[in-house]
Amino acid sequence: MTTTETTSGTKVLGQRVLRREDPKLLTGEAKFADDLAVPGALHMAVLRSTVAHARVTSIDTSAAKSRPGVVAVYTYQDLKDDWAGPMPCAWPVTADMKNPAHFPLANGKVNYVGDGVAVVLAESKTAAIDALEAIEVNYEELDPVLDLEESLADSNVIHSEIGTNLSYTWELIPNKDGVDEAFANAAYTVSERYIQQRLVPSAMEPRSVVVVPAPFGGDFTVYSATQVPHILKVMLALTVGVSETKLRVVAPSVGGGFGSKLNVYAEEVLALALARKLRQPVRWTEERSENAVATIHGRGQIQHIELAADADGKVTAVRVNLVADMGAYLQLVTPGIPLLGAFLYHGVYDIPNYSFTCRSVFTNKTPTDAYRGAGRPEATYAIERAMDALARKVGVSAVEIRKRNFIPAEKFPYSSSAGLVFDSGDYRTNFDKALEMMGMEELLAEKKLRIDAGSRKLLGIGISFFVEMCGLAPSRVLASLNYGAGGWEAATVRILPTSKIQVVTGTAPHGQGHETAWSMIVAEKLGVPLSDIEVLHSDTAIAPYGMDTYGSRSLAVGGSAIHIATERVLDKAKAIAAHQLEVAEEDLDYAEGTFTVKGSPDRAFPLAAVAFEAFTAHNLPDGMEPNLEASVSWDPPNFTFPYGSHIAVVEVDTETGKVDLIRYQAVDDCGNRVNPLIIEGQIHGGIAQGVAQALFEEASYDAAGNLISATLADYLVPSAAELPFFELGETVTPSPTNPLGVKGIGEAGTIASTPAVMNAVVDALSHLGIENIEMPASPERVWRAISAATRH
Amino acid sequence: MQVTMTVNGKTVSRDVEPRTLLVHFLRDHVGLTGTNVGCDTSSCGACTVHVNGEAVKSCTMLAVQADGQEITTIEGLASAEGELHPMQKAFQENHGLQCGFCTPGMVMAATSFLKENPHPTEAEVRLGLEGNLCRCTGYHNIVKSVLAAAAAAGE
Repeated sequence: MTTTETTSGTKVLGQRVLRREDPKLLTGEAKFADDLAVPGALHMAVLRSTVAHARVTSIDTSAAKSRPGVVAVYTYQDLKDDWAGPMPCAWPVTADMKNPAHFPLANGKVNYVGDGVAVVLAESKTAAIDALEAIEVNYEELDPVLDLEESLADSNVIHSEIGTNLSYTWELIPNKDGVDEAFANAAYTVSERYIQQRLVPSAMEPRSVVVVPAPFGGDFTVYSATQVPHILKVMLALTVGVSETKLRVVAPSVGGGFGSKLNVYAEEVLALALARKLRQPVRWTEERSENAVATIHGRGQIQHIELAADADGKVTAVRVNLVADMGAYLQLVTPGIPLLGAFLYHGVYDIPNYSFTCRSVFTNKTPTDAYRGAGRPEATYAIERAMDALARKVGVSAVEIRKRNFIPAEKFPYSSSAGLVFDSGDYRTNFDKALEMMGMEELLAEKKLRIDAGSRKLLGIGISFFVEMCGLAPSRVLASLNYGAGGWEAATVRILPTSKIQVVTGTAPHGQGHETAWSMIVAEKLGVPLSDIEVLHSDTAIAPYGMDTYGSRSLAVGGSAIHIATERVLDKAKAIAAHQLEVAEEDLDYAEGTFTVKGSPDRAFPLAAVAFEAFTAHNLPDGMEPNLEASVSWDPPNFTFPYGSHIAVVEVDTETGKVDLIRYQAVDDCGNRVNPLIIEGQIHGGIAQGVAQALFEEASYDAAGNLISATLADYLVPSAAELPFFELGETVTPSPTNPLGVKGIGEAGTIASTPAVMNAVVDALSHLGIENIEMPASPERVWRAISAATRH
Repeated sequence: MQVTMTVNGKTVSRDVEPRTLLVHFLRDHVGLTGTNVGCDTSSCGACTVHVNGEAVKSCTMLAVQADGQEITTIEGLASAEGELHPMQKAFQENHGLQCGFCTPGMVMAATSFLKENPHPTEAEVRLGLEGNLCRCTGYHNIVKSVLAAAAAAGE
């Protein structure tokens, strides 16, 4: 089914339904993990390495232990028997991938600034933090490995036990001869090197964890600011050595994640292990400057992309070589991030020959992992920047080069040279709509006018047409990539005796509005008021199964599971109604919460009465089980492939190098639209984060390996003053691979916007001979580029 | 030391360490956890409250400095009957929040801003909220919310 027509015909789907999550968030009633009052909880604080690479020659905790309010101070040696195994990495991408030992506290050697060295438990947060300063650590410093290419050379090996800085090499080269031949015969080639700078995800809520032991029975409740309560439960059980039956993980209100809370962190392991050890609640909330070094970073790649094209500018091959920065250790899915982009370096273009190689290396920096888009922004950036470079070589416009290379609509479902099947798409229609909305002619005229007039402020127009693979994911595909889990999602729909409806989902929202959207899916199907539906989530005692929220998967996978569970409940309800009315099921109609006999609308049986019959079970069809409930675990047959045209207009001040984003337009196609209000919100926020990578944000390190942008005063998360209103449009091409016909939208804006903005910056300056500026395009970088280009 | 102030119309008095920040006083001593802490450099604005009717980042002020002052937090903004403040309503109607963590501070900053400038332009709203960071919304719907609240108040 690819439309939103349903049995009830109520058309809730597609409406701008206001979020039911909002009132408690707007009044301060919502509880984030740090808001939970837990009497008697010990406060945990972690002493972190102040050096990037060193042997720890001694740790003296005696002074700290004797401070007032301090309950305990531990090092690795004290706790090495308090966990069952190392920190988990769930994505061993190759059989020979190197994964150095990684524990919640460093074992004799620190490998990045922020690496845990010791842990304090105290009666108050201030006592815990004060005690950190009383711990004396002696370091024998080693040269840090900070540069990716230097790391690759292996002249200074970080983890001597694995003997190399190379974690793995991963290749996707289906047809090497074809690629070589395409380059040999090319009329034009492009060879570009781009840097994906490291980013600090910077969710507004810092990470936080509270572990509460039950008074008896050996059970623990873990409250964590996490995107992945279900994954966290399984991983904590294995890592700490607590039976999964004794663990309950709750994600309370969670203040944004963007991938940074898709992980299993040392502090979660420590808090659980120490709550078990001391039989007391343990709580920890990170400081913002701690977040900058102790929560994963995103991106961190050197990209080399080459295109071969024929005389018409039709691309015949793409060849990509990446060096990816893993940081000091492999976190939960660190090694898999480049692979999520590995299949998408041909972008939206029909490129027959494909070659991708990634070498992933360790550095003495904070571990990297998933950050909004995870692999796909990097891929989209490389191909969209390279297409502009090709357009300049061929001597056609950025618009024309794309039109010549789009995968044509008639080729869908499209089998790509990288081995994927793209579900649906009509790129040209989307592009034409975007160009028309934007008024490209006037913009180009204005740009030329300013150049001709010698204006100080030049105009740049940048295009980025993205496609991404999301809705993680078909479990068998994940298996082929060696991922450590499946990609299904679980849902239960139950109609209670009073006809109120409980929806239990395995997704774990942290700003996405699932309570609103999921109730819309059920209301649409059952024709009942939204207010009758309650959505339960993010508590493993209530929702035991789930794969959580990341990779723009929740609607396509979790929403589909709810849709199917609702259908099953409705099927059972129909059988009960037919039995009560003594007619065949096929003789019943259903609308607005009531079954009626076809042709005799006065013979009716409301869903509420069905629910009560199912509850009393006094008169059910022979052999039917009581209660009205269905549980579904749904595994999608394919990813979804949302796409869209993003166009940025920037003004570059040639005297100061300052870049202002003055217009931004996005025409996205995410298939059928459940709640446009939420979709637009996701696109807005996504665009802002991608723009931030292009213009503002960078995790900068000094030569000693210190993160020098470790506070929000130094790390430039944009404010409202740096951004314009975003102009949105849409096309709707339903996905045939899920029953709602939907595609993910959570990461689209971030994936598309970075190259749109950078193409715009380069477009403003390309008449000066400038073809590349590294990100972020800060006033200094832009000014230097202009200065170098105009000096001679 | 003993600190006494009016918080959301009620007099509260607590014995605190002199170094206690106003935000920690409100969260840890008074139990009003709607005011959030998002950074340690007074950059994010998540902890914005009203001190004598004006927006203040409550992490920039010691609790003792607020002695004798009138404090309003997000919990005190809706009416006693539970009716949302027009700014809270505008945020809901315009989808001006997603995860909701920056929201209390953003709403408190926005109400104070509109008091100073009841008829702002889009650019003025953007500058007026410069001290409050949001990672979810790209500010689009926050700016819309504030402009809508201003328009509604002018009606």
